[in-house]
Amino acid sequence: MSNPISHWSPANQERASRLLEAYPDRRSALMPLLYVASLEHRYASDDAMEEVAELTGITAAQVRSVATFYTMFKQAPVGEYLISVCTSISCHLLGGEDVLESVEEAAGVEHGSTGEDGLFSVEHVECIGACGGAPAVQVNYELIEGVMPDRAGALVGWLRDTKPDVVLADEMQQLFGGVRSFDWGPTEAEGAIRPVPAFAPYGSAREGR
Amino acid sequence: MTTKILTARMEAHPEDSHTLARYESTGGYDALRKALAEMTPEQIVDSVKASNMRGRGGAGFPMGVKWGFLAPAEPRYLVINADESEPGTFKDRQLLERDPHQLLEGILISSYALGVDQAYVYIRGEYPKPARRLQRAIDEAYGAGLLGENILDSGFSLDVSIHLGGGAYICGEETALLNSLEGRRGEPRLKPPFPAVEGLYAKPTIVNNVESISNVPWMTLNGGDSYAAIGPERSSGTRLFSLSGHVKKPGNYEIVMGITWAELIYELGGGIRNDNALKAWIPGGASAPWLVPSEHLDTLVTIDDAAEQGTMLGSGAIVVMDETTNVVAAARNIVKFFAHESCGQCTPCREGTSWLDDILQRILDGQGRPEDIDLLLDVSDNISPGLAWPPAMTTICPLGPSATAPITSIMRWFRPEVEAMIPMSEVASA
Repeated sequence: MSNPISHWSPANQERASRLLEAYPDRRSALMPLLYVASLEHRYASDDAMEEVAELTGITAAQVRSVATFYTMFKQAPVGEYLISVCTSISCHLLGGEDVLESVEEAAGVEHGSTGEDGLFSVEHVECIGACGGAPAVQVNYELIEGVMPDRAGALVGWLRDTKPDVVLADEMQQLFGGVRSFDWGPTEAEGAIRPVPAFAPYGSAREGR
Repeated sequence: MTTKILTARMEAHPEDSHTLARYESTGGYDALRKALAEMTPEQIVDSVKASNMRGRGGAGFPMGVKWGFLAPAEPRYLVINADESEPGTFKDRQLLERDPHQLLEGILISSYALGVDQAYVYIRGEYPKPARRLQRAIDEAYGAGLLGENILDSGFSLDVSIHLGGGAYICGEETALLNSLEGRRGEPRLKPPFPAVEGLYAKPTIVNNVESISNVPWMTLNGGDSYAAIGPERSSGTRLFSLSGHVKKPGNYEIVMGITWAELIYELGGGIRNDNALKAWIPGGASAPWLVPSEHLDTLVTIDDAAEQGTMLGSGAIVVMDETTNVVAAARNIVKFFAHESCGQCTPCREGTSWLDDILQRILDGQGRPEDIDLLLDVSDNISPGLAWPPAMTTICPLGPSATAPITSIMRWFRPEVEAMIPMSEVASA
């Protein structure tokens, strides 16, 4: 049988092999593999789901059933920067909807969609655990707390102008953030390289700046 | 009052509390050494039982009792629930980012006590930084011989792996979490069997919250009895409360339970922004019925007092709303959350939450009908008959019934305000 992921980058192939061995049942690797496949394909595409199905020994329909259950496995191509604005209760009370509007306007993209140039996707999300730093925003799942509507617009402009290779929470927080849920402590060197949670075992984190 | 168990290190050493070097230089892994050298697994289980600690994830079930249900079959698993998603809650995020070795030491001691050699930490996908911090702590621990084979020459071995979720609130429910960890849709399972008998891969499994397990090193060093002696009898220990909304000083506060709500909101939280009047607060995450200043400010923050008032401390998330809050909009925000997060297995939840969302939106749009008040209550009653607390269940898990909490809250405390928003109602006409 040909290796279903022979066209993946060698590093991602190695990650996939490691993930498949990390659990007593290889199906458990399904969600981590969907993240790795999303790095390869920019989203959980039909091809991505087929590949994950072959790797885990289940059908593509079973993979689709799982992938569509979770909001972080995207069913359509996502922009370079996925901007997620929290509108759950604590952010709602402190103006999360205004932040969303400001982001939509600055990005020229309505929530739930991706701009034509493929730079931005905008979404509103349910609670991201940053309630003490409401209103909160994530860029490629990297967090910024205490973002006022005007600063959210400035954040979008900064992303468009600087197009960072690695999205760093501390950098964005310093430039555009405000009140935080708690003291973050020392600066983090690692950030996100794609709209996939930045986690080294999944290949989606890299040191920046 | 000032006892700090979970946050002492990060407060004293904000620059490096997450590192192995700082952890060990401040007494870290002493509890593990003590457990492996001087204690039997049974003694540790007894200590946790003696602590009377009630789980910090939301359900408040005594951790020692849960451990007592673990079936003897092997292998067994320990799964840490780091899928912190209850709106208003951000405490586990701080524990993961700022003191990951404390959690790891808790996992080690608990695994030794429970006869586990593989533990998983299920972290929500939106928490990449907490996952990175914990992964670095895991790597450090392997490097120092604190994880892996034959830990500290004790003969005890343990592997710990992180698994990231995919953005589904329901996976905080422990059987949904296990399905998700098995590579399935995060749909809650029918119980029994409970996870302690048939959990991950149908093997005996204990699922505990991050904060719960982070307390285990302290209990092991100081004794479960000492833990039980802190605070009120049935609300023992310290607890991390996440305070957010219209307070001047939002944040996580580690306190001994038994203070009043007034102390919590006005002293710790610094009072209400712009010195506005307090209108209501949610005492235990979005699932909890609301409390109001006219009735509850001087009541005590304990698990039992909350139950007596028909609500719960849940995940420890307190969301404060001031006089400017549109309570219908706030309730709709919470109902919409549950409608979005319903897994869809049970009809009362899948249909009911969307109905409630639609009706509230209609009222907010000025299109409410006089009969909508009764309809809201009727739909809620079909999700959770009797509209009592704790809620009666028509569903596999408590998600649907939780969605009725904001409805009953606004009807109980702010009904005239709701009616005033409905054009043809008697209140609006008057």
